[in-house]
Amino acid sequence: MKLVVTVVGKDRVGIIAMVSQILAENNVNILSINQNILDGYFNMILIAEISSSKIKLVDLQKKLRESGQEINVDIKAQHADIFNVMHNI
Amino acid sequence: MISIDDIIETNEMITENKLDVRTITMGISLRDCAHPNMEQFCRNVYDKITKSAEFLVKTGEDIEAEYGIPIIHKRVSVTPIAIAADACKTDTYVPVAEAMDRAAKEIGVNFIGGFSALVEKGFTNGDRILINSIPQALAMTDVVCSSVNLGSTKTGINMDCVREMGEVIKRTAELTRDNDALGCAKLVVFCNAPGDNPFMAGAFHGVSEADKVVSVGVSGPGVVKHALEAKKGADFTEVAETIKKTAFKITRVGQLVAREASKRLGVPFGIIDLSLAPTPAVGDSVARIIEEMGIESCGAPGTTAALALLNDAVKKGGLMASSHVGGLSGAFIPVSEDEGMINAIKTGSLSLEKLEAMTCVCSVGLDMIAIEGDTSAATISGIIADEAAIGMINNKTTAVRVIPVPGKKVGDMVEFGGLLGYCPIVPVRNQYSSAAFIARGGRIPAPIRSLTN
Repeated sequence: MKLVVTVVGKDRVGIIAMVSQILAENNVNILSINQNILDGYFNMILIAEISSSKIKLVDLQKKLRESGQEINVDIKAQHADIFNVMHNI
Repeated sequence: MISIDDIIETNEMITENKLDVRTITMGISLRDCAHPNMEQFCRNVYDKITKSAEFLVKTGEDIEAEYGIPIIHKRVSVTPIAIAADACKTDTYVPVAEAMDRAAKEIGVNFIGGFSALVEKGFTNGDRILINSIPQALAMTDVVCSSVNLGSTKTGINMDCVREMGEVIKRTAELTRDNDALGCAKLVVFCNAPGDNPFMAGAFHGVSEADKVVSVGVSGPGVVKHALEAKKGADFTEVAETIKKTAFKITRVGQLVAREASKRLGVPFGIIDLSLAPTPAVGDSVARIIEEMGIESCGAPGTTAALALLNDAVKKGGLMASSHVGGLSGAFIPVSEDEGMINAIKTGSLSLEKLEAMTCVCSVGLDMIAIEGDTSAATISGIIADEAAIGMINNKTTAVRVIPVPGKKVGDMVEFGGLLGYCPIVPVRNQYSSAAFIARGGRIPAPIRSLTN
């Protein structure tokens, strides 16, 4: 199962490091990262494979969200199917 | 691979344009609950609902979290109580409504529909008891919704029931006068009511449905308006195409949610209701879509044509996105639940009479319209008869949900709270009497289906 992680917030050191560390700790494999800075704001969309992870999706979402709050970025993790069904027949 | 643009578009729809799945509704048959003893029947009803839908809310919340799509309501509809309770030896069904209310609160749903009767051709004893019980049932409960189907294209219109419902609406308003006649916001009078509608207040579990079924109502007026904002000045072919594409995307999300809910609950998938359901929030309005098409204020000439195009394009776009479509499917035009409609009433550009014309081409009918409290029962029955006639002749669902608010006059505002919204009292301009017409009773015969001019 693929996961889409979107991160938005004021840029600072260590955002990618923090997200990728949480994913690595939970055996979630990163497939692609698209990241840029617009007017000092950090935007990242990361696609990951979660099938070999033991953590429940809701728990991972919570961990990412709470860690994001600590450094003032908004982190959302969604099951990729919502994007697949909407944009592909 | 999913493209970055697709991810951004979807998440913008959710965060900026208020895309949501409006409701997951579980339909539950109560036909196996029948019992002559009222207490036992109520226990059967309570047990069946609480066992069947025990995990409905939790499942909805899980899907919401995993996919990041808000699912606003989790609800239950049941077999029309007039049918399920017909065997009870009693003269009131108020205890059944109370049992439904308790069951709904126990499982955490915010509305339960099905305190209903289907009387388009005539009344059984149970139908009469149910209709008489409506005012008290709606006053004594919080989350029970009631509906009565009193006409259809196949059978004509039951004018005895039209007369009674005018009085029932007045009594309901009186019994809930302390809450701005809130009881009437939970009561819908239908012609051609579908048995698989997941939307309240008119949801009930039709008699031809399976024992249990999960249906989903989608929404998304804000998304459609946003898509049209990029098409300023485009011709109607392009407008229709844009709405179709947007409706397709919205419905695909609904289908995904319905499939997941059905799988996780172990309950068959019923239908997707392809509806544009507005809320009172800014940016979630059907009226504003009409205005985006070029009508200065909803209700101005051209409004009915704009709504017809919108309603049709939503269906065309949504149909291919779902394996089964049903319910009401189209654009809703409730007044108090739509910020743009409320504004159009305030400015005087939208009237009850124009709304009636709009119901010829929208998905349902005169919905969530507050009128003066001293409007007579016969006038309300006249409004119901007109609306039922539109549904009967045009082979479509029509409905009336008017709220005669005691003590309120044109110029006053009414607050229903939450998604039921707020609105100014809408004037019933024509003050001439319908009493002698409504007093006749009997049935309007079923209409001819050819020579359709």
